[in-house]
Amino acid sequence: MRSLTRSNVFWPLIALVALLAVNVAARPGFLGVRMQDGHLYGSIIDILRNTSPILLVAIGMTLVIATRGIDLSVGALVAIAGAVACTQIAASPSPGSAATVLIAIGTAVLVCLVLGVWNGFLVSVVGIQPIIATLILMTAGRGIAMLVTGGQITTVNSPLYKSIGAGYLLTLPVSAIIAGVVLAATALLTRRTALGTLVESVGINPEASRLAGVRARSIIWTVYVFSALCAAIAGILISSNVTAADANNNGLWIELDAILAVVIGGTSLMGGKFSLTGTLIGAFIIETLRITVISLGIAPEVNLVFKAVVVILVCLLQSPVVQRRFRARRRAVAQEHGEAVEVVA
Amino acid sequence: MAATEAPTGVLTRVARSRGTSPLARYGSVLATLVTLVLVFVIGSTRYTGFLDSQTILNLFIDNAFLIVLAVGMTFVILTGGIDLSMGAVMALSTMVTARLLIAGWAPGPVIAAVLVLGCLFGLGVGFFIRVFEVQPFIATLAAMFLARGLCFVVSPNSLSITDPFFVSLSQSRIRLWPTGTAFDGRTLYAFISPSVIVALVIVAIAAWVLHATRFGRTVYAIGGNQGSAELMGLPVARTQVLVYVVSGLCSAIGGLIFATYSLSGYALTGVGVELDAISAVVIGGTLLTGGSGFVIGSLLGVLVLGTIQTIISFEGTLSSWWTKIVIGALLLVFVVLQRLLIIRRRT
Repeated sequence: MRSLTRSNVFWPLIALVALLAVNVAARPGFLGVRMQDGHLYGSIIDILRNTSPILLVAIGMTLVIATRGIDLSVGALVAIAGAVACTQIAASPSPGSAATVLIAIGTAVLVCLVLGVWNGFLVSVVGIQPIIATLILMTAGRGIAMLVTGGQITTVNSPLYKSIGAGYLLTLPVSAIIAGVVLAATALLTRRTALGTLVESVGINPEASRLAGVRARSIIWTVYVFSALCAAIAGILISSNVTAADANNNGLWIELDAILAVVIGGTSLMGGKFSLTGTLIGAFIIETLRITVISLGIAPEVNLVFKAVVVILVCLLQSPVVQRRFRARRRAVAQEHGEAVEVVA
Repeated sequence: MAATEAPTGVLTRVARSRGTSPLARYGSVLATLVTLVLVFVIGSTRYTGFLDSQTILNLFIDNAFLIVLAVGMTFVILTGGIDLSMGAVMALSTMVTARLLIAGWAPGPVIAAVLVLGCLFGLGVGFFIRVFEVQPFIATLAAMFLARGLCFVVSPNSLSITDPFFVSLSQSRIRLWPTGTAFDGRTLYAFISPSVIVALVIVAIAAWVLHATRFGRTVYAIGGNQGSAELMGLPVARTQVLVYVVSGLCSAIGGLIFATYSLSGYALTGVGVELDAISAVVIGGTLLTGGSGFVIGSLLGVLVLGTIQTIISFEGTLSSWWTKIVIGALLLVFVVLQRLLIIRRRT
């Protein structure tokens, strides 16, 4: 089983290394990290910080997808979390105080948890397909965020709040530490307890797992609440990093990036087995790709074309057809690769 | 039927029984129609001039491209798939149209080229999904990124269309019936644009294809139960690829309509419009699991969305974000309604 997990992460890892290699080739100092102003500084550190929100959302998404679901509402939740936190801080007489920031974050998380419960309720109790159940909040959510901010871009002037998304702790970006802690906690919870297996069993066959005594309904409900929690944290990181709540643009399309990260990481949208390591690598691939395109001097908008190419390549390499051919003719790997690409182009 | 109702609520792709009575069969479309009438009643009691025939015709004029997209989306969703690339392919079509016209192509070849491009794009997506067994969600997501990125490759700026044919098409009004007299004595007519006729013809063709051809029956069969469809010897593979060709073609037509509507090609055209199309299809009573639904429902769904937008613009003081909240709420109502319908049919 170990070797299977390893092979699932193999291709994404190669893709990530290749991307980094392109960067090093373009800019030999790319991997360099130095101390500056009391914290580490370098492209790698930037990637670490910028990956955090995608990674957080993708962690929640991994568990949702493992139950054969999908959560399209996370982008809207990111906007709502930022809107709730920022409007509170902006309205407070002492925006810099720890109490204000904590209360703001607490409320934002609470609001998102309630919305997560709502998503989970629609999916697990009412029985609406996940994609459409979360599409409701995806559509309405940004409207709600606009309602909270009154249609304005709410800027906050709170050094403490800014330090969450843009600050450093022990020379590392705070946001990366937060994402790391959430990842570690999730890994611990799912892999050191039976929870991970239960989630997978629900994803593979909800009916069978129910008959086997697994509380499928509560598990499905929980993963949507967890996904909302992750989105809330990501929303706080994003709004803190730009010190503003922009209901239209904060976390725009982050749900798609997160789903991509999960799929690139080898977790199937059909549910079942999931890989948090794969998701981590997937999130890094997406952010590194963005950095690569910028550092190569290509127009940022064209990034989408490269993203598409990477997704197509990774999906092709993981597709059953290509995998079978790999097994059948291991020697002709390079040639197969070429063929597969041509078909799509 | 063997109703394996998953208590977990995760819908399995169990074949859904289609009710035999007309009410059960068309119940969901009827619900959409009732909603549309209801929304209109609300609008007309609140605002004078809401029921003006031109207001209603404007609904068609402004949403002609969305009607065409919703038709393509219906085909895909009926097979149990989804197409997230429609908005991006539509934008790419407007870009290619504008770019080719600027390059001096005649309108005829431009239209043909754009339609072929849309079909080829859909063919690629369908092939990717069928042959490499990539989930439709991911495959069309990749296609969305690709098409949107290609838009920026064509041009990052808005390209304006000055071709006389397209300009005359965008300005031409088809007069329907006289509505009154202007202050200078001219007779005023209710009018539609040629794009409305194109959109309605496409709805009619789609309805015919779905209900009177083998291809249409296979589309429903795949959505009902792909395994059974394959065992029955239906051309599942070909049909599955073809529905994406249809959605690609519809995206291209939508792009052409939008290009004549706005007389420009712009890379950020129709961002998120695929979600509007999906919403319209769902509000129109088509099941996202596939196998059940009608094109006419999708048309009504688009009109419901359009009417809500009109109400909010008539209201004036209401901010635009209320549109999103109302559409979200409406989606919720319809999805729950469908869910209840399914549960009732099974018992």
